[in-house]
Amino acid sequence: MCSLCGILGCDDHWSSAIARPDVYTRNTDRVSRRREAARRRKIANAILAVRRLKLSAPTGTSYVLTNATGRSQVFEALAHLWPEADRMSSAGFDPLDEDFLTALERAS
Amino acid sequence: MNGDAIDSAEARQGPTPVNLLTGFLGSGKTTLLQRLLTDASMANAAVLINEFGEVGLDHHLLERIDDNVVLLKSGCVCCTVRGELADALQSLHAQRARGEIPFFDRVVIESTGLADPYPALSTLRAHPVLKSQFCVGKVITTVDAVNGLSAVAHRLEAVRQIAAADIIAVTKTDLCDERTTMAVNMRLGELNPTAAIITATDATLLSRLTTRSALSVDAHDWTAEVPPTRDEAATSHDASHHGHHHHHHHDEDEAHAVRSFSMVFEDDVDWTGFGIWLTMLLNRHGDRIFRVKGILNVAGEANPVAIHAVQRLVHPPVHMKRWPDERRHSRIVFIAEGIDPQRIRRSFEVFSRLAARVMADDPAVGAVRPFKAEAWAST
Repeated sequence: MCSLCGILGCDDHWSSAIARPDVYTRNTDRVSRRREAARRRKIANAILAVRRLKLSAPTGTSYVLTNATGRSQVFEALAHLWPEADRMSSAGFDPLDEDFLTALERAS
Repeated sequence: MNGDAIDSAEARQGPTPVNLLTGFLGSGKTTLLQRLLTDASMANAAVLINEFGEVGLDHHLLERIDDNVVLLKSGCVCCTVRGELADALQSLHAQRARGEIPFFDRVVIESTGLADPYPALSTLRAHPVLKSQFCVGKVITTVDAVNGLSAVAHRLEAVRQIAAADIIAVTKTDLCDERTTMAVNMRLGELNPTAAIITATDATLLSRLTTRSALSVDAHDWTAEVPPTRDEAATSHDASHHGHHHHHHHDEDEAHAVRSFSMVFEDDVDWTGFGIWLTMLLNRHGDRIFRVKGILNVAGEANPVAIHAVQRLVHPPVHMKRWPDERRHSRIVFIAEGIDPQRIRRSFEVFSRLAARVMADDPAVGAVRPFKAEAWAST
C-alpha cells in the first residue's frame, strides 16, 4: 500500500517490473529478485549515507529507512524511497544539486 | 456476445489499449477524432470525452467524463489519479464483461485543451485495477499549423502535450502555405524529437496510432534517427522571445526554456545504478522533465533496453530484439523545462561512477566500468 496516498497495489516499480514478454526486468525468479534487491540497497545506501540515512529490508517485502537518531520509517513500495528520504532529511536528495553531487564524490 | 466469450477474447488480446488524444484549445482534436472513428479499424473503439464540443460525434460507445483529478504533490505516480477517469474505465470494463455494451477492443480518451496528459497516463499505469485491464497506447497530440506555435510560446500546457506525444498530428495545414507548415514541423521536431510528426490527413496515422504499445519493439524506431550530436533545440513559452526582447529577461527565459537534448555514451550502463538515478531525478524534477526516451546498452545484455517516461511515469522497460544500427551506444533524449543539460550530464556521471565503485567489489556482478558521456547535444 502507498504510505502517502493509501492506494493499494502500487509496489511495481519500473526498474523492477513484473516479468512479461518484451519487458526488461530482473524480477524474474527468486534468486535474481533477491540479488537485484541487494544491489539496489547497496547503491541506495551509498547515496543515503551522505545524509546519514540507512535503508534496510528486514522482511524482504517492505523497506525501513532509519536516520542517525534512530527514527525510522517503514514503507512497502520502492517508488516511495526518495519521497520518504526527502521527508527524513532536511537537505533532501536532489541529484542536480551541486553540493549534493560534490558530497557524493567526496564519499567515493 | 456473452460474458465467457468476451473473457476469452480479453485473455487472448491482453489488456485493452487506451489512446490519449490531446491538443491545445481549438487545435482540431474532435475533428480528427470524428474522422478516425469513421475508419473500420476504429469501429470497436470506446470513446471517453471531457466535453461535447461544437463538432458533433456520432459513435455507438461515447461517454463523457469530468476533469476530476486527485493530485497529491508527493512525487509518487500512484498519488496522481484521475478519479472519474478511473471510474469511467472500470465501468466500461465491467459492462463489457457483462455483455451490456458492445465489445470494444480499444479506448480513445479525448482530453480538454488545457489538460496535462500526465494524470490520465498515471491513472492507467498506477491504478491497482486498471493497470491489469488496460494499457497505455500511443499518445496523439494535435497541433494547429496556423496558431500552434503561438500556443507553444505562451502556454506550458501546449508544450507538455507536445512533449507527451508519440504522434503529433499537424492540423489545418490547408489554411497556410507549405513554408509555414514546414516551419511548424521543424519546430515540433526540435521540441519533441521522439515523436512522429505527420499531417492530420496522413494515411499512416491510424496504423501508427494502433501499433501495439507506446514503445513497440517492432515499430519504427526513432532512435535510429537521433544523431549523436543533434543540435539542442530550445524554446520558451515566455512572450519576451517573440517581439520585444529585453536583456533583463535572459535569466527568466533560461529558467523557463523548454529544451530537448540528447546524450550518447559508449560504455555499458549499470542497470541498478541507472534505475536509482532516474528515479531520484524524476522524484525531484518530474514536474519539469516532460519526457525521457532512450535505449541503453545495459551491462551483461546483448540487446538494448528501451526506456520511456512521461514526467514521473516510467513505462515498463522494453527489451528490444535488436540494435537499431551498428553503433551499440546508449542514447537518451530529454525534454525538460529550465534545466541545464550540463547539470543532468554531470549528475549522470557522478552517479555512474558511484555505482561502478559500489558494485566493483560485488562478486555476483563483477566490476562495472565507470563511464563518461561521449557526446552531448548542447556541447
